[in-house]
Amino acid sequence: MSKVIVVTSGKGGVGKTTSSAAIAAGLAMRGHKTVVIDFDVGLRNLDMIMGCERRVVFDFINVIQGDAKLKQALIKDRRLENLYVLPTSQTRDKDALTTEGVKAVLDELREEFDYIVCDSPAGIERGAHLAMYYADEAVVVTNPEVSSVRDSDRVLGLLNSKTFLAEKGDGSAVKAQLLLTRFDQNRSANGEMMSVQDVLEILAIPLLGIIPESTSVLKASNEGTPVSLDEKSPAGKAYMDAVGRLVGEQIEMRVNPGEQRRGFFQRLLGRTA
Amino acid sequence: MFGFSFRQRKPSSAQTAKERLQILLAHERTSNSGPDFLPLLQRDILEVVRRHMDVDGDAVDIKLERSDDLSSLEINIEMPGLRKTA
Repeated sequence: MSKVIVVTSGKGGVGKTTSSAAIAAGLAMRGHKTVVIDFDVGLRNLDMIMGCERRVVFDFINVIQGDAKLKQALIKDRRLENLYVLPTSQTRDKDALTTEGVKAVLDELREEFDYIVCDSPAGIERGAHLAMYYADEAVVVTNPEVSSVRDSDRVLGLLNSKTFLAEKGDGSAVKAQLLLTRFDQNRSANGEMMSVQDVLEILAIPLLGIIPESTSVLKASNEGTPVSLDEKSPAGKAYMDAVGRLVGEQIEMRVNPGEQRRGFFQRLLGRTA
Repeated sequence: MFGFSFRQRKPSSAQTAKERLQILLAHERTSNSGPDFLPLLQRDILEVVRRHMDVDGDAVDIKLERSDDLSSLEINIEMPGLRKTA
């Protein structure tokens, strides 16, 4: 059965698009047929992060409005067999998204794909609302910083009340998990940055992964490559671990996958994992 | 927790961040719509008070104080009628 996963955060600039691209690529690498959809109408960026910006002909809005077939708008990734991108419109605004239109597109995609990753815009308005509305699961991207954590808490409230599953009223809920991004182990150990445990204690949702602050993220975006394809990068490895957990595998939580372990910190994390 | 037991003098900024968030979110989660109800409450109280005595529009003052483990709602009603007779 296919799954719709929304990547959301409330606050902007925390890494939603980077994470959407990395997770979608990771799922495809694992053999799952995956599509990633850009819901940020008017501020299209997923296409750049995925490196397919010059191949956009039709978009999500064209499909919703019946101006193009879904197959015409889907862009097949050149690196990964199972990966597709559905870009959004750069010229329209979020009012072009309709509940019925989004539902129709998602229903059609569900027939063909294992995973449908919805890259939410920042904020809590129409675009963000519709990105999460039909989700089965949510990846809440959060930086260890007060405004990001506060906004994530707000978004969790919306996931629990303003989604199709929540509105069904039969006890169904969107399964939300935390993806802590831009985490700096040293600064956290020095008390300059909240720890993984601190954020988990506040938001009280399961931890999907910890993505360390890493120079490879900017490099990947410069090149239009999902960072999870960079096997040497600590961030890329951390995303692949998170993807493994997303599909239900038990993978030990590591702050910097592939780096030397630090006793003190690992003990802290051992408890939360 | 760790920062506390080792360096008791001054909590780290991360500790401060965590505590601020815990206090703030405890409030934001319970009062979903925030303190938006205060103007409505003020209007309703004024309406009730007016049924019994003649007070003017700004005679009712409402304050909401929020602290760590206690929130208080303070309602002050100025009663000009009583002052005159006294």
